[in-house]
Amino acid sequence: MRAIITILAVITLASVPLWLRDPYLLNALITTGIFVIGAMSLNLLLGFTGQLSLGHIAFFGIGAYVSALTSLGFDIGLPGDVRLVHAPWPPIIGFVLAILIAGLCGYFVGLLSFRVRGAYFVIVTISFAEVVRLVALNWVELTQGPLALTNIPSIALPLPGFGELTLRTKMQNYYLVLVVALIAYLLIARLVHSHFGRAMRGLMENETLAVSVGIDVTRTLTIAAVISAAIAGAAGSLYAHYIRIIDPEVFAFINTVTMVIMVISGGKGSLAGPVIGGLIFGLLPVALRPVMAPEAQWIAYGGVLIAILFVLPRGIVPSLAQRLTRQRSGTTALAPVALPETGAKEPA
Amino acid sequence: MTARSIAMTIDQVAVRFGGLVAISDMSFTVGEGEIVSLIGPNGAGKTTAFNVMTGFLTPSAGHVTYQGTTLTGLKPHEIADLGLIRTFQRTSVFPNDTVYDNLLIGLHRQGRVRLLDAILGLPGARASERRLRQRASELLEWVGLERRAHDAAGSLSYGEQRLVGVALALAAEPSMLLLDEPVSGMNASETHRFVELIRGIRDRGITILLVEHDMPMVMTVSDRIVVLNYGRIIAEGTPDVIRNDPAVIEAYLGHGAGRA
Repeated sequence: MRAIITILAVITLASVPLWLRDPYLLNALITTGIFVIGAMSLNLLLGFTGQLSLGHIAFFGIGAYVSALTSLGFDIGLPGDVRLVHAPWPPIIGFVLAILIAGLCGYFVGLLSFRVRGAYFVIVTISFAEVVRLVALNWVELTQGPLALTNIPSIALPLPGFGELTLRTKMQNYYLVLVVALIAYLLIARLVHSHFGRAMRGLMENETLAVSVGIDVTRTLTIAAVISAAIAGAAGSLYAHYIRIIDPEVFAFINTVTMVIMVISGGKGSLAGPVIGGLIFGLLPVALRPVMAPEAQWIAYGGVLIAILFVLPRGIVPSLAQRLTRQRSGTTALAPVALPETGAKEPA
Repeated sequence: MTARSIAMTIDQVAVRFGGLVAISDMSFTVGEGEIVSLIGPNGAGKTTAFNVMTGFLTPSAGHVTYQGTTLTGLKPHEIADLGLIRTFQRTSVFPNDTVYDNLLIGLHRQGRVRLLDAILGLPGARASERRLRQRASELLEWVGLERRAHDAAGSLSYGEQRLVGVALALAAEPSMLLLDEPVSGMNASETHRFVELIRGIRDRGITILLVEHDMPMVMTVSDRIVVLNYGRIIAEGTPDVIRNDPAVIEAYLGHGAGRA
């Protein structure tokens, strides 16, 4: 049942550019897709370890800047009359570096804050995002500051034997984002269903007990932060090469809030939650544009979020799943209990 | 008793919270494969002693040695890695997970595979996962909770949750198990079954240190009893010795117990 839904969803998403020709809508879907990837990465922390990263956009923005600077090149002065000159590299290398460097930042933020956790992690992440934003704004020689990095090249995929394919059209970029999103989804799914994911869930539910059976808190949370930050960095890189211009506004707090809203409304701690929530809040501006000014739209988002959480308090996906199982268990309550999956031995 | 090799040594341990002395100068040993009970009135320092032994608290003085390793400065999960596993006084399960998933989390120490292997679903990781599921089913059967496998642990009765707690601890593959008031909240028949369970655990070669208020249960199951009062040891010996020790009767058992 679940497998069928997943396959249908993937086929539907893959078919969109074949029947949707409107470039405005396609553009909205691509940027939404990029933010869905960001929301999925946030969900890995918020939904599966219970740690709220309110500076998550920092990893996204770092990915965007790393990727842009790698592919644009730079020439900056360092202390002592040294000049650091970097000639432009292919954007695909920028994409890989974005993932690595964002992951590294996740490692340091995790290492710093997971000794204390909870509110401290929230504060450290907010401050981190603000510091990074100020650096991007003021290190003009490197980032152009508020003048923005412009003319960022589109991603080009190396095709052995055929040279390379530069992704210029909306359709090509749509598929690129879809593929990265699917990989991120699969990665997170595998992770949370592994013994590592169980360790994360154990820590979230009952840390003392988890520690007493040998789960290493700092290590587990730090690994989660690294993977989460790396995925956010990948999303940032896609953003930079698709929009082709980035300025320090990418680090704005409101962007983190958007991702948090996507995760909470879709349902934190469920794999599909951030996708559903992300699609709703990513496409809502498109639906509201003819009837509302952009400023007024924020009020509408708030209304929609409250409405969703009022009707489905745990978020769309978990609440609906719960209703479904409750209906089903009503008819099969007396069926014998079988142990799950992978041929586990049935108790006598 | 003298033939046993020593599993755990508690050497002159003291714990002070500011001016409050929770434990003063506590020393005793637990032999391999022995069932030792730590008893005493509320506030005598029993749970504090557990917290010191499992790294949740650092003693103000003294140290604990387990199988030759000094535990001072080790984190709880590192001590768990030595095979020293505890249960908790209040019910302690992963409430939102099924009983079966609880055990899978408890099997963490057995399930360590490389992260990349797990993500890529390599054969080694899959085989490990199969082993864990097999083991979780066995443990469920062993503590008699297989009918509850797919219920959320938080929805179980008090006594059943305690069994889950013990199964969780066993899942961590202990060489020594510290049980903190395991039968509190259990009725007589549940307690009786639990005593059988403890003996079964010991027969697997696992050393047991027990904190418990249920005196008949302690007297039945223990090889040796250590009595704490106001943070110090006031008596130590076999159940028969303890039952007739005047200091213990004075502090704890009450005068009725001597005649009982």
